[in-house]
This record gives sequence, C-alpha cells and structure tokens, in this order.
Amino acid sequence: MTLALNETGTDKSAVHLFEPESCTLANGMEVVVITNRRAPVVSHWCWYKVGTADSPAGKSGLPHFVEHLMFKGTRKVPPGEFSKIVARHGGEDNAFTSLDFTAYFQTIARDRLPMVMEMEADRMVNLALLDEHVYPERDVIVEERRSRVDNDPGSLLSEHLSAAQFLHHPYRLPVIGWMHEIQSYTRADVEDFYAHWYAPNNAILIVSGDIDMAELLPLAEATYGKLSPRDVPARKRLVEPPQLAARRLELKDSRVRQPSLIRSYLAPSLNTPDPVTGIGGGASKARSYALEILAEALGGGATSRLYQSLVVERGLATGAGTYYRGTALDETTFRVVAAPRPEIPIDTLEDALDEVLAQTLEMGVTAGEVARIQKRLVAEATFARDSLGTAARVFGVALTTGGCIEDVETWPDEIAKVTPEEVNLMAREMLRIERSVTGRLLPDVAISERAAA
Amino acid sequence: MTTMISERTANKVQEIRTRSGIRAYLINEPTLPFISMSFRTPAGAAFDPVGAEGLSYMATALLDEGAGSYDSQAFQAELEDNAIRLSFDADRDAISGSLLTLNATREHAFELLRLALHEPRFDSEPVARVRSQILAELDRLETSPNFQASRVWFEQAFASHSYGRPTRGTIASIKGMSKDSLNGFVRSRLARRDLAIGVSGDITAAELSTLLDRTFGDLPETVALPAVGPATPILGQTYILPLPLPQSVVTFGTTGIERHDPDYYAAYMLNYILGGGGFSSRLMEEVREKRGLAYSVYSQLYDTRFAPLWLGSVATSNAQVAQSIALVRQEIEKLAAGEISEIDRANACTYLTGSFPLRLTSNDQVARMLVGMMAHDLGADYLATRNGFIEAVTLEDLKRVAARCLTQPLSVSIVGAPEGIEAAVTLRRKDGIRQADEPVLAD
Repeated sequence: MTLALNETGTDKSAVHLFEPESCTLANGMEVVVITNRRAPVVSHWCWYKVGTADSPAGKSGLPHFVEHLMFKGTRKVPPGEFSKIVARHGGEDNAFTSLDFTAYFQTIARDRLPMVMEMEADRMVNLALLDEHVYPERDVIVEERRSRVDNDPGSLLSEHLSAAQFLHHPYRLPVIGWMHEIQSYTRADVEDFYAHWYAPNNAILIVSGDIDMAELLPLAEATYGKLSPRDVPARKRLVEPPQLAARRLELKDSRVRQPSLIRSYLAPSLNTPDPVTGIGGGASKARSYALEILAEALGGGATSRLYQSLVVERGLATGAGTYYRGTALDETTFRVVAAPRPEIPIDTLEDALDEVLAQTLEMGVTAGEVARIQKRLVAEATFARDSLGTAARVFGVALTTGGCIEDVETWPDEIAKVTPEEVNLMAREMLRIERSVTGRLLPDVAISERAAA
Repeated sequence: MTTMISERTANKVQEIRTRSGIRAYLINEPTLPFISMSFRTPAGAAFDPVGAEGLSYMATALLDEGAGSYDSQAFQAELEDNAIRLSFDADRDAISGSLLTLNATREHAFELLRLALHEPRFDSEPVARVRSQILAELDRLETSPNFQASRVWFEQAFASHSYGRPTRGTIASIKGMSKDSLNGFVRSRLARRDLAIGVSGDITAAELSTLLDRTFGDLPETVALPAVGPATPILGQTYILPLPLPQSVVTFGTTGIERHDPDYYAAYMLNYILGGGGFSSRLMEEVREKRGLAYSVYSQLYDTRFAPLWLGSVATSNAQVAQSIALVRQEIEKLAAGEISEIDRANACTYLTGSFPLRLTSNDQVARMLVGMMAHDLGADYLATRNGFIEAVTLEDLKRVAARCLTQPLSVSIVGAPEGIEAAVTLRRKDGIRQADEPVLAD
C-alpha cells in the first residue's frame, strides 16, 4: 500500500485511499476487496440495495424486520443458529438497516471465511420462516422501537422532523417504522419482500482484511456465484413536490428537561442531478462536496462558526453543530442543531442561529477557512484506513446509494478541489427558509407544574 | 486453532521505561504514518472531595480548553488544523486520555498534551461554558432511563462509599466548583509512578521514550491521594424510580470478582454464558429469542478497584418487566445450581479465544488493550498468555465459581412505570416530572 496521502491536502495528483480490487460475478453480484494484512482477520459484508425507503405502503420499516428475520433459519442453518455458529468459530456478527441499504457482516479469522460466505449465500435465497419465530421477533422490534425512539423525546422530534421535511418521498419514514405498522407485519409481508429484493444481482460482497481478489474470487464463485439472478424491482421512489413554505413544529413532552432546536434544509446528495442541467455524476457531485465543507465551516467542531458564535462568544448555547452526509440515493437534508443554555429563551437562540447563517450567506466562507477544513479532512482520511470495518462500510454505503468505487478513492482529491466560491454558491442555493423545517423540543410545562402542585 | 492468531502481534509488545521512570507498552506498527496513545492513572472520580463531586469530570473536560499561550479557541484550532485528536475522560477509578496524531504532527501533538497537563489555563470563559454544559447535561439526564437506572443502582448499593456518589457531580457541586479545585486537579492526581501508557503505530521505542519524558516527565513521582477503602455493596433490594415511559429500563447486579482472583477467567466465561455473548447468551435466548420481551439484555463483569461488580441491563415494556426480571433471576439461579454443560464451556472457550485477535486490528484498539494490560498489571506477555488462561478453565471450575459468585443476592433498579413488581422501594422524585400513574406516551 502506498502512502500517497499528502498531509497538507494540496497535492492534486490522484490520492488512493483504500486501493480496492473489484469485479462482478456472472450473476451480477458486485465484489470489492480491500486488502489489509495487519492481522489474519477478515471483515466480510453482504450489502443489499434496499432499505426502509423501499418499504411497501403501510409497512414502514419492513426491511428492518426482514433484516432481523434473516437470523431465523434456512433448511441448512436452524433458527437462531447463524450467530451462534459464527461465535463458536471465534467470530462476531451483526446487521443493520438504513433508509437506502441493508447490510450483514461477520468479522472472523481468515481461515473461517469460506464458512461464513457459505452461510451468507445460503440465507440470501433459502430463508425458511415459521410463525413461531416471526411473531416473537416482531415483539422484539416493538421493544427496539420503544428503546430507540419512544423512550427518548429527542428521537421523537427527529422522527417528526423527517416526516415534515418529506411530504411524499419515503425519506419521511423512520428507519424502524411507525409503531402501528410494525404491529401489522405478517409472515407473508416478509416473504413477499424477501422474494422481491434478496438476490445476488441486488447485493454487493465486500471483504476487508487479510485477503486479496485472487484469493477471494474462487470462494465467491463457489458460494454466491452459484445463485441465480432474479428480476429485482427498480428503486423508483415517489418524487417529492417542490417545498414552497417553511414548516415548523414543536414537540412538548414532560420528560424534556433541556430544550433543543433543529433546522433541517432539503439538500442534494452525491447522487442528485444538477437542478439546472438535469445531469447526474461528475459536476453535480461537486455540489455535495461543497456542502461537506459548508457543514464543517458552520458546525464541524469547536472553532466552527456556529460553535464559536453561539456557544463561546455569545454564551447562548451549550452546543451547536451541523449534520450532512452526501451518501444518499435521493435528495437528502442538511441539519443544523443547537441547544440553549438553561437561562436562554429558545427564541433568542433561534434568532442568533439565523444571524450566523445570514452572515455566512452575506459575507461568505473565506478561503482560509476552506483551506483549513480541506487540510484537516484529507489528513484524517489516513486514520480511516486503519480499521477493517470502516473500509468495508465506506464502500458499502457508496455502492448502495448510487455511487461508485472511484467516488471513495477520489474523495480526498475532490474535497481538496472545492473552492470557496462553490461553497458559497451552494450555501445560497440550499440555506433557504422556504425549503426548511424548524423543530423545537420543549418541556411540557403545564403538565410538569400540575404534577408538582 | 485461533490461539495462534495473536502471536504475530503478541511478540511485538515492547516494554519501555524512560529515564524519568515512566512505563509504557508499545507495539510498533509501521503500516500507516500515525500513532495512537492511551494513558490512564488510578485517581478517578472516587477521589473527588466530598462537596466537589464531579471535579474529575469537569477538570478533564477543561484540559483541552486552553493551555500555555493558547486560549481555548487557539488550542482547539491547533488540534483541528493539525488533525490531532486529544481527549480526556474520568470514570470512578481512573483519569484517562488518548492522543491520535499523524507522524508529521507528532512533536506538536505531544507538546499540546504536555501543555494541557502542566499549564492548563482554566480561563473564565471556558470554565463558565463547561459548567453550563455539565449543568444542562445533568438536568437532561434526569429523564434518561438508562442513566437513571445505573445511578440509582450505584447510589443505593454504595450509600456510604464514594462509589455511590455521582461521577459527573450534582447541580450544587458543579455550580460551586472553584477555580482552585480545578487548578489543583492535575498536580494532586497525576503521578509518574502511577501512569499506565499504551502506544500503537509508526514510532520506535527510542522516539517514544524521548516524547514521554518530555510530556509527562515533570509530573511528580507520586501524589498523596485521599484514602478510599474497599466497599461492600448493599444487595438484595429492588428500587423503582417512576418516570412516564412506555418501557422500563432495569439495571441488575451483584458482587463480581477481583481481576487477579484465580477464578477470574472462570467468572469471565460464566458471564459469557449468562449474558455476555450477544445472541449466544442464555439471557438473550430466554428474554429476547424465545419470548420477544426485549431488544437488549446483557450482563458484564466490572473489575472496579474498590468493589468488583457483576452488572446487567434489560429494557422491557412496563407490563412485562416483572417477567423479564424473573427470567434473569431464573437464569442466574440455574448457573449457580451448576446447570452448565461441557458444550457450554467449549463454546465459550472457542468464542473468547477466537475473538480475542479481533480486538487487535487497529491502532486505537491495540493502544487501549496495552494500557489496560499495564493498568491491571497483566504483564507484557499478556497477549500471548491470555488465551491459555481461558483454555485452562474446566467445567468443574465453572460450576464451583458459579456457586461461589452467583449465589449472592441481586439488587435491581427499575426506571419507568413497571407493573407487578413486588417488595420494591419506590424512590420519590424531587422535581415536577409527572408520575407513572399518568398516561404514558406510546400505545
């Protein structure tokens, strides 16, 4: 592996981040290998291009339920045994679901890789479910939702915020699903979904660790390669109508002790075509890279504009930051968050936040600011190369959200190329209040006072 | 089989003793041009003075908020602009820190760490800001069920020991934290002799040794810590803290086992069988897989210095939480009664030995492992010897240790609106949160 990464971030020559090898099996399954010989360990991942945004109508979160049920057995591997077999061989495994993808992984000694590949390929097509396993697992999902969302008012607000930002597009759905729809899942729902979406031509094999393509390919052909491709539905999602009016919501909950504020704007992802030309790829991706820089300038750390102004200089907030990730299949969001100090009214904080945004739009981010951020982001990419899981995850996310290997490999180059003008252009295009939702999390004072009385 | 895996790494542990007597474990790993360092010293929140609860937490939060000639913003800019990650933390037993830096910025990174430890400024602005951040956090945590379940457990079990005091402080103690307390913090807690350091990455022993002397060498050889003695937890109780939640969160636990007890590895395997092994554990099987009562249920050994503990957690709907707790008790009793098979032992053994190398695949992981080895006095050869300790545990050992450790009474704390819990002490809230008999949020 070359150490081509330039610590100053000014080197415009090709920077190769992970140097993966890739190919496609005859049945359409993509294969990516990231070699890292440090320990005789591999991280084996199977990604599917399906997520909660592909839920059938009225069954929000069904892809997440399917993910849980993938551990409930095939003819070869009895229910609940998958993880136990992995553990008995000294391995660890898990799975997760997002709006755009579902992924399964095992980390295990290199010599056990053929075994986990065989089991993963088996459950891609041979899932055999019984009611006695399906319905208790539905109860598990109910408890998972309570733990993750219903027990936490902040998560409830975030869920409402997405639903308000997307009136029509399925990014409005919580990844785990709405409670009443979770409770309506049937075994037939699961089997139908599985039959449609789980196929080698809709999956990506990613292995990182002590292995290369010459070693992996025969194993892949002997396992996944034997599966037949199937017709898989196109991921054609409902199209969001233009947002013309700012939306606001307030969640009042007696459990809230400290208010908080979220502002969410519609924002292009790496996969969103340029709105003027209608063309995706290439130049349109630069729009997303510019937003990554903007997110850092506004809210990436203690010297960012929002933190510096709201938290340090004006003493209005206990925290402030931004959240933007360009890896999404469809148009996504750019979020700005802040929490007021105990004595500060939330109106005051929101006004101050708007002032920082307005000032950024008016004066623009500076060349020095952009250069600092570029240098830091590119330098930090070195750290990402150290972890087996990070490497596999980065490629999996890219390839299930409309991106390609090149997007990952050239990321440091692309970040280093962004100009202050591009950042300011994107800031002006995106930070428009009529394309936003503002959410406030507030204590339910009336109820609290009543209880205290 | 997999015991072999760690040997490549295991044989590379170098023990360093610098000129000023600082000890460190190093694994030189030249693949990538950076290093990760972890350090800790056994002088955590348990040593915070009475009335100054949260001193360790607040002081460590301020160490990277200005030092030497750098004010808070300047110090943070030095870290960010050089992609240096520096952080400090405090738990009951220890003050700890970590440093991640590219080779190109290494000298500067260690200089920033030296400044943070020797010349922290505690300027008024960051002190006021961090104070306000901690106060807001404490207030927010008042309704965090996971935090409260754990807090109640410790507060009740250690009513007369400093383990029972809140590590992050109280509203009153944080409001009253003086600048003198903060200023004296590093000098009164950090001693060269007590430091444990683990480093992994692209650096030689000689280079590291020089940097360690320069960074930590001016710390005192020893410090006089307040006396904190062993604690015996008060067990066998059930506590309820009412909160209007759809799901109750439970912490359960009993006495654990000392890290250097000859039975430690048997207890470690027992914990894997009981609740430590993801989908393979008995608690997961009975509570989640068979009955769908919970998403998460687990147990864990805590080798806390003054009172080793065996703690666990489960979150279940209010109507069914009594059933979940009964199942936890039942599984503990089964183990205590010796219901363990040779297959259980063998499965625990292959997992615990085979998965050990998975914890050594990145510089961060290795540095954390190395500092743990030194802090717990496990020896420089631990990476090579550790799997042998697991493999040596027999079925008879497991049965004997289960009878020894898992027959002690369990204490349980429940946060939420649980139904059907008998013989429980209901704790009263002092604030205006509505009580559990009012309508809850979801279904």
